[in-house]
Amino acid sequence: MSKSATYGMAVDIRRCVGCSACVLACKTENNVPDGYARRWVTQITEGRFPDLTMKVWSDCCQHCTDAPCVQSCPTGASHHEDIFDTVQVDADLCTGCKACIASCPYSARFVRPEGYVDKCTLCTHRLGAGETTACANVCPTSAIVVGDLSDPESEISQLLRARHHSVQKPEAGTQPRFFLVE
Amino acid sequence: MNIPLMLQHVEVMSTRANHGIDPHMHIWGWEIPVYLFLGGLAAGLIVLGAVASLRNRTEQDAAQANLAPLFVLPVLAIGMTALFLDLSYKVHVFRFYTAFKVTSPMSWGSWILLFVGAGAVFSAAAALLRHPGTRDSALAKMGIVKWAAAFADKHRVVLARFNIGFGLALGIYTGILLSGFSARPFWNSGILGPLFLVSGASTAAALLALLTKDHNEHTSLIRLDLALVGTELVLLGLWIIGLLTHGAPTKEAASLILGGAYTAPFWGLVVIAGLLVPATLEIQALRKRWVETPIAPILVLLGGLALRFVMVSAGQAVGF
Repeated sequence: MSKSATYGMAVDIRRCVGCSACVLACKTENNVPDGYARRWVTQITEGRFPDLTMKVWSDCCQHCTDAPCVQSCPTGASHHEDIFDTVQVDADLCTGCKACIASCPYSARFVRPEGYVDKCTLCTHRLGAGETTACANVCPTSAIVVGDLSDPESEISQLLRARHHSVQKPEAGTQPRFFLVE
Repeated sequence: MNIPLMLQHVEVMSTRANHGIDPHMHIWGWEIPVYLFLGGLAAGLIVLGAVASLRNRTEQDAAQANLAPLFVLPVLAIGMTALFLDLSYKVHVFRFYTAFKVTSPMSWGSWILLFVGAGAVFSAAAALLRHPGTRDSALAKMGIVKWAAAFADKHRVVLARFNIGFGLALGIYTGILLSGFSARPFWNSGILGPLFLVSGASTAAALLALLTKDHNEHTSLIRLDLALVGTELVLLGLWIIGLLTHGAPTKEAASLILGGAYTAPFWGLVVIAGLLVPATLEIQALRKRWVETPIAPILVLLGGLALRFVMVSAGQAVGF
């Protein structure tokens, strides 16, 4: 079945200040239980003092095109949904076998206290209503951009065309749709 | 100032602290190693029982032909109970059988277990009526058991081939379940399939060697076990060579058993106590230099269990 859109996310690491507003907005918007996070901030410091470089960015599920979680799920609970082509978990199908967690190179998933697996949904409930994700909405520096990668005129497509960007762990071969713009 | 890359420091920090995920993945406890061990043991028992049936050696190889099929169902039941206990959303266990996902080793395993169970029921019924210790039991006198035994006897060859096929599939699956996770370099090797199959067959031969009262069958089972233990050592060696030669993530994974936290359990419990010591005992017993004792088969069984515990635990400690 052909998808009507292929959504992805880009984080401009020149803009991101690691304030964690996105983390809190995500928890509030999606009722993420205490002690768990669908979204987090990653910080990498390289070099030796005083020659140090630091990158910081808001991180989450990479909504991979070739998603190993979708492939390893025995029941079809992990799947690409049809409207935005994002990776979702259907709680009604999930057994809590945790195969998807073991298969994710980005450690983006966790087991909720209720027993089923949870992760970033790319706020498809908001996208469906014509809004952007909660994290992008609250970001004070507009570092997070969400949009349709298949639309050449979308903001994310234009950003990725204009700026150098990379994906995390490309060697995993999962074709992530989460980009770090430098 | 240019600093050589190897002297540079890289520090990764994350605000994420998800239970079972951070600081490293720990989603599977004792249940999965126990399930993989009992699944492999059941696979070995099924294949050995089916081979004895196919060769029409129900008298000469009584333990393989009669005891092995009787042990399969309880072993499978305990193993699947362990698997069930691991599920974090237990009420949805039936969902394994509302879908078949060709890309999911766990889905293959679920369906293989169903077919294995069906074959095991018929083999167990036939064995129940053959075995002198059970043929007069109340269970053996039930109509449905007699019908299943008659069906199994009538289709002996087909059933044996069916059991060999699905027994081998189950044994390989217990390894492929782990090796299918490409994000886990400690597991991501195709050798785990044959390794777990051979290990399962070895534990089955060891269990039957403990149970048989026939000296000739005991000797042939010890010989078989010795061959399987030797094969397992070769496969373990190939697996380690693979880890050391497939790039940085797998080298880091190999370091867990080459000086890291799992060195003592892997070399001490799995290789030395679980393979080398019992192999030495078995060789000396076959040469009639040392007295035969149940120590060697018991060590093989414990070594098989230790292999699964080390594999499952260490494999979660490193990611891609």
